[in-house]
Amino acid sequence: MTNHGYPDRRSLLLGAGALGAAQLLPSRAFAQAPKRGGAFRVGISDFATSDSLDPTLVETQFSQHLQWQLRNNLVEAGPGGKLVPELAESWEGSKDAKTWTFKLRKGVTFHDGKSLTPADVVHSFNTHRRDGSKSMTKPILAQIATVKADGPDAIVFELVDGNVGFPALTSSVGLVIIPDGDTDYRRGMGTGGYILEQFEPGVRSRVKRNPNYWKAGRGNFDTVEMICIKDATARANALLTGQIDAYNAVDPRTVALLERNSAVRINRVKSKAHFAFPMMVDQAPFASNDVRLAMKYAIDREEIVKRVLGGFGSPGNDHPLSAAYEFYDGSIPQRAYDPDKAKFHLAKAGEANLRVQLHVSETPFAGATDAAVLFKAHAAKAGITVDVAKEPEDGYWSSVWNKKPLCTSRWSGRINDDVLLTLGYSDTGTKAGWNETRINNPRLNTIVAEARKEFDTGKRRALYSEAQRIIHDEGGSNIFAFADFLDATSRKLAFGELAGDWMLDGCRASERWWFA
Amino acid sequence: MHGVLAMIAQRIALGVATLFVISMLVFLAVDMLPGDPAEAILGQSATPASLAALRQELGLNKPLVVRYADWTAGLMRGDFGRSLANDRPISELIAPRLGATLSLAALAAAIALPLGVLLGILSTVHRDRALDRVASTASLLAISFPEFFTAYMLVACFSVGLGWLPAISLSSQGGFVETLTMLALPALTLSLAVIGYVLRMTRAAIMGVMASPYVEMARLKGVGPWGVVVRHALPNALSPIINVVIINLAYLVVGVVVIEVVFVYPGLGQLLVDSVAKRDIPVVQACCMLFAGTYIGLNLLADILALLANPRLRRPRQQEARA
Amino acid sequence: MTGVMALRMAPLSARIGLAIVALYLFCLLFAPLVAPYGETEIVGGPWAGGFWDPAAEGPATLLGTDHLGRDVLSRLIYGARNSITLALLTTTLSFLTGTILGLLAAVRGGVVDQVLGRLVDLVMAFPTLIFALLVLAVAGSTLPVLIGVIALLDATRVFRIARAAAMDVAAQDFVEVARLRGEGTGWIMRREILPNIVVPLAAEFGLRFCFVFLFIATLSFIGLGIQPPTADWGSMVRENAAAISFGILMPLFPAGAIALLTIGINLVIDWAAAGHHGVSDER
Repeated sequence: MTNHGYPDRRSLLLGAGALGAAQLLPSRAFAQAPKRGGAFRVGISDFATSDSLDPTLVETQFSQHLQWQLRNNLVEAGPGGKLVPELAESWEGSKDAKTWTFKLRKGVTFHDGKSLTPADVVHSFNTHRRDGSKSMTKPILAQIATVKADGPDAIVFELVDGNVGFPALTSSVGLVIIPDGDTDYRRGMGTGGYILEQFEPGVRSRVKRNPNYWKAGRGNFDTVEMICIKDATARANALLTGQIDAYNAVDPRTVALLERNSAVRINRVKSKAHFAFPMMVDQAPFASNDVRLAMKYAIDREEIVKRVLGGFGSPGNDHPLSAAYEFYDGSIPQRAYDPDKAKFHLAKAGEANLRVQLHVSETPFAGATDAAVLFKAHAAKAGITVDVAKEPEDGYWSSVWNKKPLCTSRWSGRINDDVLLTLGYSDTGTKAGWNETRINNPRLNTIVAEARKEFDTGKRRALYSEAQRIIHDEGGSNIFAFADFLDATSRKLAFGELAGDWMLDGCRASERWWFA
Repeated sequence: MHGVLAMIAQRIALGVATLFVISMLVFLAVDMLPGDPAEAILGQSATPASLAALRQELGLNKPLVVRYADWTAGLMRGDFGRSLANDRPISELIAPRLGATLSLAALAAAIALPLGVLLGILSTVHRDRALDRVASTASLLAISFPEFFTAYMLVACFSVGLGWLPAISLSSQGGFVETLTMLALPALTLSLAVIGYVLRMTRAAIMGVMASPYVEMARLKGVGPWGVVVRHALPNALSPIINVVIINLAYLVVGVVVIEVVFVYPGLGQLLVDSVAKRDIPVVQACCMLFAGTYIGLNLLADILALLANPRLRRPRQQEARA
Repeated sequence: MTGVMALRMAPLSARIGLAIVALYLFCLLFAPLVAPYGETEIVGGPWAGGFWDPAAEGPATLLGTDHLGRDVLSRLIYGARNSITLALLTTTLSFLTGTILGLLAAVRGGVVDQVLGRLVDLVMAFPTLIFALLVLAVAGSTLPVLIGVIALLDATRVFRIARAAAMDVAAQDFVEVARLRGEGTGWIMRREILPNIVVPLAAEFGLRFCFVFLFIATLSFIGLGIQPPTADWGSMVRENAAAISFGILMPLFPAGAIALLTIGINLVIDWAAAGHHGVSDER
């Protein structure tokens, strides 16, 4: 697997002053001094009529964008995953990584003029932590023992156990800071670069520039209008006719055609999102590692990337970290399509005529059915019969995923290596309902817990490298591809290095971009 | 006319009964779908704890019968309830969407229905001549392209190519001309299919009675083609034509989800599909009741018009047979 | 009148119609022999040009390639098999159900008419797509379910048209006479009413037939419908529709295939219905 020209992720411990050595993104507008003004209109593919401004329920990219237009976090995840101080000016952890002190920025006000205080931060975190909270962020906050204000401008978090990645967690979208006592989320009150004007869930939203925004060079547009456009062709047409200035999730087949238009720019960004056929290691026949290896050798990843992703992606290597993660280990040999090796492992497992049922729907990702049909053809050459069972799109996550021994899955990027491995591959993740392969490897559990407390980057790297090897060799996940994010923008827009955690510059295009 | 009034009263009563049966069926059907609103809202990030909390908050732990009774009771008070998905009052969600759907339907109907009937009559008058053949072939072409494809072609031509009309129909300004421009392409797309359909059915209905003895008689008496069609055949073909017009009218209100998706037009259909996906039963219920009410109302209209149009059906003896 | 005689007397339009239908039937029967490439075989890049573009790269394709680089002509030919069989099956099913029930309602009247009418109202009062969406989501999007749902939805429309047309006929004197003669319901339906409503019904059949393609295409538009990689015209239009905004005409081919068949069938039906009815216009 080639390295994608990504700079090494930097130590994330002390965020203040961290600089990115980033470059090499295939398409980026040359950075210059941001200009103010203009009405930015953007088409978003991922939305729901159930979208709200409730920070405990941020399920779609539309609401993610909107949250970050209106509100800020303590820490911002910048391009390349480096942490940028946001409402927290700086932060510091104790030696055991159990106590974290965040210094709050001074002079920040909410849209209604109220000054930011530590009480706001405490309230924002407790909104998720309280009993009976429906928050999707609650599980990752279980590690917090107490949150307290310390003087007029500091907040102290006491963790149950050490976690050097804790500052990164505070950049997650649910942990935006709302005013103390705020429960009327519909007001959209926050400290962000834009002020809410109009929000019709599933239709559109409109915000105007916050004239008192504390960040320099950010929040540049006069107004930002987001329009919910489900149909990829409609998004393309809207951009071609100048009704919008940018949209996300470009249909890979239309990239070459769009590029013919000189007014359009395609932004292709390596992402952390991966596609997989997870096998449950505690279910027959996948309890045998030979069967799992046979399945992993029986898939032609290159062809799936080419045909299903239109070439806009890279083959996976049966572990969940891509080059966009800090501790990705590129030295693990790429597993290739090898029907003979698959047959060898099948024979060893005594499953020469293996027949498995693969449950699939288009919910995890568009083209999942095509990928499954291709896998069926690949596996047939290794003597494995894959029956593709088409499942309804509605309710897929609740009734198929994490229920059937072999299904189709997609993972969006997680904030850091720790969150991903903890959720997806540890016993903690099993309890939280995220460990889709049910892997319960004692060594892996230990590594994940140890690495979380390890301040020394070199040692962490070694631990995570071992974790990747374990998952690659013994895990149940047939991780066959990482997707690229494809956004289309008008050439009138300008921006710096693009983030790869979400589409449209990490869902922060409205804050970071400007009209040239 | 007393009989007509009785029939109307009977149909209204039946319509209300149908609405109730539909509301029950919808409630059951949505409940039978895999997954519930809590799972649909939380998606992949659902955890047992967050699911339980959200279910509690949405009142989903109450039995189905109780939830249905609550909803019906609310409806009796004129209260549609609140959306499970985002806790907004449903009337607030639906009102702008209903307005959008109705204005698009009205514009499309105003173009398509008169044109379709007129062309149908013209085709019969000029049957088997050039005009008839062209109209017939063109109408078949118009209806045999999928709607989203007609839409894409119109967009490719009028928006991307010529730049005359907007490709998506979402506008923040609400001037009359502006609104009309926004509605032009979706209305045109819908009209093409409806014109084709109405034209063909009108022609077929009139042709159906052209063989009747009284039409033959009129023809033998030397009445010209216009007179034969308009004065003799048309009145007797009215009831199927009215039916076709009404079916298409109902379709314009109810069946335009695809057009809404292509043109990003925030109508009721889109809301309904989204709400089914999110298992937002109260919103699905409200939309279905509106659609069913529209359909039943239009149907009633069709029945009354057909009754008035066909003198034979008004004869007392026939009426007994119908009642 | 023998078949050959009938053909010889057929007007030009009917002959064109018959030729079109014959061509499609030929493709349907001999698809593997006629198609230059396989149904799912990749022969080139996406949306490569056909005969109009001699500079196109890759192997020669008459009509170019689709979004995955498969030969459009081959998929059209294979698509004929899936599409026509499906549409024919569905339409026949819906017409059998709809016409029989519609006639029954019109002739018997009273309770039968009321019960059938209300049941149909019930189904029709649901938005079509929502009805299909709910059923397909609960029962799964398999071919038999798809056929059943579309046939049921179409049957309600056929019922209304058959009933409305039959009502008018049933109010005519000759039906009264037949009733007074003591003829049974079945006899009246078959012998007195059916021949008199065959023209609007035939026209409806032609339309409903192509609506099946459209409905399947529409269902795939919202994520249900026939599953890939099976070739069917409706899905082919859907999968490639995006190209039209970029001036690529490929989706016109499957759309044209649907349109041409619709026209062919309607030409034949016009002729057959006219012959049956004896109202071919003597001018």
